[in-house]
Amino acid sequence: MSEPLDQPARVIAIGASAGAVDALAAILPALPAQFPYPILVVVHIREDRDSMLVELFRRQCALDIREAEDKLPLEDGVVYFAPPDYHLLVEADGWLALSVDEPVNFSRPSIDVLFESAAQAFGDRLVGVVLTGANQDGAHGLRSIIDAGGRAIVQDPSSAYAATMPQAAIAACPEAQPMSLEQIATYLRDLGSSK
Amino acid sequence: MVPDKTELLELQLLLEAIFRRYHYDFRGYSLASLQRRLTLAKDRFDCRTFSQLQDRVLHDPSVLPILLSYLTVQVSDLFRDPSYFRAIREEVVPHLRTYPSLKVWVAGCSDGEEIYSLAILFREEGLESRTLFYGTDINPDALRRAETGRYAMDRIAQFTKNHQLSGGKSSLSDYYSAAYGAAVFDRSLRRRIVFSDHSLVSDSVFAEVQLISCRNVLIYFNKDLQDRAIGLFRDSLSRQGFLGLGSKENLRFSQHADSFKEFVPGERIYQLRGEL
Repeated sequence: MSEPLDQPARVIAIGASAGAVDALAAILPALPAQFPYPILVVVHIREDRDSMLVELFRRQCALDIREAEDKLPLEDGVVYFAPPDYHLLVEADGWLALSVDEPVNFSRPSIDVLFESAAQAFGDRLVGVVLTGANQDGAHGLRSIIDAGGRAIVQDPSSAYAATMPQAAIAACPEAQPMSLEQIATYLRDLGSSK
Repeated sequence: MVPDKTELLELQLLLEAIFRRYHYDFRGYSLASLQRRLTLAKDRFDCRTFSQLQDRVLHDPSVLPILLSYLTVQVSDLFRDPSYFRAIREEVVPHLRTYPSLKVWVAGCSDGEEIYSLAILFREEGLESRTLFYGTDINPDALRRAETGRYAMDRIAQFTKNHQLSGGKSSLSDYYSAAYGAAVFDRSLRRRIVFSDHSLVSDSVFAEVQLISCRNVLIYFNKDLQDRAIGLFRDSLSRQGFLGLGSKENLRFSQHADSFKEFVPGERIYQLRGEL
């Protein structure tokens, strides 16, 4: 590990798949520009396409929306999207890293890859959120987050566009809190204002 | 609660052990990716901890090649990121044509996908006969596979699509023959290719080259190691030589950034500045 760094007091990590755009649109625009924590987002996207998500959410959000870059420290109030066709990871010193390792759960980026590495780096300062999706990515990673002392939130499967992913997350993590998208937005906003 | 760093310590000790015993130096690699890969290796060897894996690899040299395959293998495609190869073809090749002889270095060539792509592209552009290609890697098994030029047949559809999108002027099927479920690339493509063991961590300049392609290798290095590798590229390139990186890699934060200028910014193709 290189030089000691100011680590963020909390980090939010969000994973979403089928139905991700609408789900994120109910959460990210609800957060203020001065949201005091970094937010990491993995969305499953077709690999042969440039990410439109950054552009899309930049227009909707007060937050600073960026594509994650390799070997950069996290900044509070910034949302980092994993680039298409790359895994997004967090180093133990809290910096971002990218990889082209094989897909995990048929996905690159994979939610598990982000969650597991972020759990190692941030421990109980991490909040993991699993949203709508038609696969099981994120369930293992959310387990790692809880095991490392972090908090776990899952979109209530009955309210999700695709219930498989939140269901898998709840099965792996019975202690995770199921919430509607509105509740998740409120929860994160309150977390930010209670700093 | 502070995250448990014991596993991280064990991981670092394992890398130290591999280096001191076998002289493969992964100590400057990005640990998050290594941890994932070595966790897979740990499970494969039924080890509970990285310390147990360390014990295995120290006392059983036959474990090392398998560990190396976990530590190094990058799966790529022929003409991966077709727009990169299109930029090489349309922007870089016109400059390369002015040289009577050329050397091209694919650093971290893995199973050879990138170097065969460039060999095919150079043949299409009429440059192959004046070019020597170097493909280097630290993994001897990968180099052996690269030398065979053999890829699973089910990957060929993607390769073919990529080749067409890259502006390919011929049919990819001209370059391989199918045998037992595999596509074997034509031996004639390998006439101008030298595969060799070379480490960006510990080895030095071995040739003066006009083009280096090193994509999605630097993201596995920490910043110090990235700087070492980029310094090595700078010292290996002839004046106004070209360096191609992966689509999410850049020189912005490198100590050698000033030695290069962006040549095709969107494709992360850099040119060494010409001044001495």
